Amino acid sequence: MDFKNVKEYLGWLYYQYLLITSIYVLEPWEQSIFNSVLFSILAMVVYTSYMVVPVHVHLALEVFSGICGEQPESTMALMN
Amino acid sequence: RRHTTINGRANGTGPPSGKRLFQGQESFEQAPMYVAVMTYLGFGLVTLFGYFRDFLRAVGLEKCHIAKERDEQKDFVPLYQDFENFYTRNLYMRVRDNWNRPICSLPGPVFDVMERVSPDYNWTFRLTGKTIPNVINMGSYNYLGFAENNVDFLKTVAERVQQYGLGVCSTRQEMGNLGIHQELEELVAEFLGVESAMVLGMGFATNSTNIPALVGKGCLILSDELNHTSLILGARLSGATIRVFKHNNMQSLERVLRDAVCSGQPHTHRPWKKIMIMVEGIYSMEGSVVCLPDIVALKKKYKAYLYLDEAHSIGAVGPTGRGVTELFGLDPSDVDVLMGTFTKSFGAAGGYIAGKKELVDYLRSHSHSAVYASAMSPPVTEQILRAMRCIMGLDGTTIGQTRVHRLAENTRYFRSRLQEMGFIIYGNDDSPVIPLLLYMPGKVVAFSRAMLRRKVGVVVVGFPATPITEARARFCLSAAHTKEMLDKVLFDLNEVGDELCLKFSQRKYTSRPKEQHHNNNDLNKDFKQDSL
Repeated sequence: MDFKNVKEYLGWLYYQYLLITSIYVLEPWEQSIFNSVLFSILAMVVYTSYMVVPVHVHLALEVFSGICGEQPESTMALMN
Repeated sequence: RRHTTINGRANGTGPPSGKRLFQGQESFEQAPMYVAVMTYLGFGLVTLFGYFRDFLRAVGLEKCHIAKERDEQKDFVPLYQDFENFYTRNLYMRVRDNWNRPICSLPGPVFDVMERVSPDYNWTFRLTGKTIPNVINMGSYNYLGFAENNVDFLKTVAERVQQYGLGVCSTRQEMGNLGIHQELEELVAEFLGVESAMVLGMGFATNSTNIPALVGKGCLILSDELNHTSLILGARLSGATIRVFKHNNMQSLERVLRDAVCSGQPHTHRPWKKIMIMVEGIYSMEGSVVCLPDIVALKKKYKAYLYLDEAHSIGAVGPTGRGVTELFGLDPSDVDVLMGTFTKSFGAAGGYIAGKKELVDYLRSHSHSAVYASAMSPPVTEQILRAMRCIMGLDGTTIGQTRVHRLAENTRYFRSRLQEMGFIIYGNDDSPVIPLLLYMPGKVVAFSRAMLRRKVGVVVVGFPATPITEARARFCLSAAHTKEMLDKVLFDLNEVGDELCLKFSQRKYTSRPKEQHHNNNDLNKDFKQDSL
């Protein structure tokens, strides 16, 4: 299949999304309801991950480096 | 992936002639996992929206188009069981423009479809008055192309109308037994190679009214999982015990037979009066062919009876069109009751039951439709007579045999091309019924509409006629389809398959294997065709 421009390709991708989720059989206003619900859920997921993930990754790295950092110091203390 | 090869393998006995005429490959490939997941997801979403719409209708925000109780009778026992119609109301109604399309011409290889529009999302339809002409017909049961209106071919049929009129106005037992009915019964018996046959006016009624005459209480019916509704209805009406075995699975059948013979009737453990195995020649939803040599061997070993429903296979398979008994090289007298219909390969209507003379004579007086149903109409009888004589070659031409061969060629060509393209096809390589799996409900509907826009008429089937994850499009090939028509359909299928992403098959096909035992010059032409 050859697409003349990006807009046609995006239109085809939207069509695939309608077919795979079977939203294709619904009336247009029902499709709008479903699309807005899905979009808001996805937006919330993206926002939450943006707020939460870097902080938690940073904290996790701190914890792990804390453990690795402490171990050699304690064995050195024991030997001394 | 289920992949079975049909050979006579069980129990050491094969067909009496010892010659294996038929080695079919059947395949039932399974789609990747994500397809099943998305199908269930799709059904789940539409069900949720169905509940939402039902709520709106109950509250009154939306007009209710379906039947409901009158206000005065709201306290009575509910008449319209709302939940049973949930699926019909909320899924089928949305997309029902793909079914029951009115046609206005002969259902030959091409036909005219009447155009209709719906202003309110398929609750009501309005015919625009225009027709869509010359739509290629891939759905009619017209295997040998006898659905034709050529005046020369139909001369004898017209003569019969002038001689007998159209209605018989009686049953066979009273005043409706015409000479041509007896002529047809003798011809059917000769065609099938059995002693005697009986014809009836309706194919469905042949099964549902004759099975109660053959078996009753105290008998056992072993019926295949995917048997047609007419067989199931006949079995239930008879009052016999019904046990189901897995589709075309000889181990399952043998196990059920052994259990039945060993333990007898349910509570009393007395031996069964009769055990009857009911199978079909070609299963129309799967395109699979029954393993007849194995079943005949099992039936002889356990002394059961065999009822073979050849609705789709009579005239359509076998080197001379005699059905599955000829396909496997078996003696027709091995099958106790041969049943078939004239609707599919003969372009008429009605059914027959054939077998030994004592059986058919018994059925003539004890079967419901033989005794009570109106006799077959004279022009329909004449159409079957001329079609059967054409297939047997008794009219002096080779038209019949040419058609049988052309159907076999079309079948092989179409199936192999579809598999090369990457679609998942069910069924035996030699069956003219080809289910193409679509799986998701959205794609099923889009497929049917897209093919009609390209002037190809297809039949799509979904739940509840098929399992919920296996919705399909079913193609019925015809000897009347020319190579150009099939090529056009294949081209459109290729494009629609790419557009809708329907090519789920994970097999690799490099080139079509050459078949040595069918010598047709046209096959060589196929290889020179450019792949589309």
